[in-house]
Amino acid sequence: MVILMMTSDKRPAAFMTSRRTYLSKRVRRETFVGWLFTLPALFMYAFFVLVPFLLTIVYSFFRWNGVGPMTWVGVKNYVYVFQVPNLIGTIFNAFWLVVWFSFIPVGLGLIVASVIHRVATGRFGAVARTVLFLPQVIALVAAGIIWGWLLALPGLINQALRTVGLGALTRAWLGDFNWALSAVGMVGVWVLLGFCIVLLQTGMTKIDPALYESARLDGASWFQEFLAITIPLLRHEIGVCLTVTVIAALAAFDIIWVTTAGGPGNSTSVPGIQIYILAFTQRAIGPASALAVMLMILVVIVILPIQWLTRESAQ
Amino acid sequence: MKVARGELWAGRFLLLALMAFTILPFISIFMTALHPSGTVPGGLEWPENPQWINFVTAFNMAEMPKLLASSIFIVLSVVPATLVISTMAGFAIGLLRIPGASVLLFLFVFGLTLPFQGIIIPIYFLERAIGIYNTRVAIALPLIALYMPFAVFWMRAHFVNMPSELSEAARVDGATTWDLFWRIHVPLAQAPVASLGILTSIWTWNQFLLSLVLVEDPTQRTMAGGLGAFQGHYANNVPLLCAGTILILVPTLIVFILFQRQIIVALLQGSLKG
Repeated sequence: MVILMMTSDKRPAAFMTSRRTYLSKRVRRETFVGWLFTLPALFMYAFFVLVPFLLTIVYSFFRWNGVGPMTWVGVKNYVYVFQVPNLIGTIFNAFWLVVWFSFIPVGLGLIVASVIHRVATGRFGAVARTVLFLPQVIALVAAGIIWGWLLALPGLINQALRTVGLGALTRAWLGDFNWALSAVGMVGVWVLLGFCIVLLQTGMTKIDPALYESARLDGASWFQEFLAITIPLLRHEIGVCLTVTVIAALAAFDIIWVTTAGGPGNSTSVPGIQIYILAFTQRAIGPASALAVMLMILVVIVILPIQWLTRESAQ
Repeated sequence: MKVARGELWAGRFLLLALMAFTILPFISIFMTALHPSGTVPGGLEWPENPQWINFVTAFNMAEMPKLLASSIFIVLSVVPATLVISTMAGFAIGLLRIPGASVLLFLFVFGLTLPFQGIIIPIYFLERAIGIYNTRVAIALPLIALYMPFAVFWMRAHFVNMPSELSEAARVDGATTWDLFWRIHVPLAQAPVASLGILTSIWTWNQFLLSLVLVEDPTQRTMAGGLGAFQGHYANNVPLLCAGTILILVPTLIVFILFQRQIIVALLQGSLKG
């Protein structure tokens, strides 16, 4: 329809007689060519994403070991996932990781960004941005290996604790049933905090300083400014940080695979890890697919409200 | 805005502390990597005799030349293909606004919420069925597809903001759709295409799950996949593991330092739009 409008008044008079037939033919041709443009992307996407997505749903209703015949079992795989503590527990672990991967980087990031955004200018600010961003570009596998060593018994964390006289607290953090999941969460903080700070601080530079000036004239404290100006005006950026970090937590795999592989016991196991173990080491395709479907639903359920709450300010 | 002296120093101190928190892990593995192979040193301890040879040993053990070649091959097959087909689709959806464009866009955006783990099982069986399992192509093809939601969304965001006068003028001059795309809009789309290229290169280089599931031979994987295998074999030799990790980080770090501005901007914009 855009094409119709754009051609109507600019076309020379000579074409006017046959305009209608010319246009409809042309529009149809346009549409056809336009669709051709989308075909390669659509084909790849359909073949390697949409079809597997549907197949995951299909697999989740069957019992299958990957090679033999498939047996229809209805919702039994879902019931199984809900009944086995090791499987349903991964969902709870994932939510505990959200606290570390998401709430801490975003919450701490907001505070830190508001403190530093006025001092992080010039060369110092540029260097700080680069450094804080570093964990974001390296492979998560590398981050996992690095922290696997830092959190080990002779590692840096315990060394630091001993130095400040807290030697009683030292332990093999990743091998401790109570602490392993939080220790893995620490890695998430390290990877995501810098990203959140830089993103939020960039957002803050767009806030009109006059707002702060007038707030200060009215005698507002730092905290009042923070609540009344910074948070509302950064709604979009906060939404982005939450979305990115929540997905990183719920869909965590790399970091956990190389640090603990889900152990000790199942204390750090998350859906991604169990999907891999069920499907590729135990050959239980049905339950693995059911867990995968649950993970995908979970991500959508958690992400939609965040998107919905933070969208208005973007418009 | 005037900043009080005390606040200035408090802010700087906080920033320095955070930078230390970010950097110390790297320093720790660097120092550890210089200790004699097979020993278990402290976390932050300079060795008496720095064992630079560890880097050579790790280089050979991780089969770095093969791994590098494999990663570069995968990046070079994934990134250009992703850029070309997503630019074409973004152009059709955002600029030509073909009938059904909004449905198409929704279809692609839907994919943004899908975690890789959700669809990896059928991808594995699909690849076995068509006979590409355990090759580099097995990583490359699904990666291109998995980037489509973000890439198409990203390119559409660019095209949808292009002024329509530009296309009208070209149409009056009798340009075909292909001319419009190739002669006028592709040259104007260089900036978003470059950012997309940077992002997809980093993501491909760091891709782990697809490597782990779809390719058994570590030397046919991406860097991150190779590192995962290396860790599996040398988990008990901490200095060598650290040396290997550093070797695998070096290319990423060099690229990051060279293109830091573009990478940070691309990553920020990427998440803001995505």
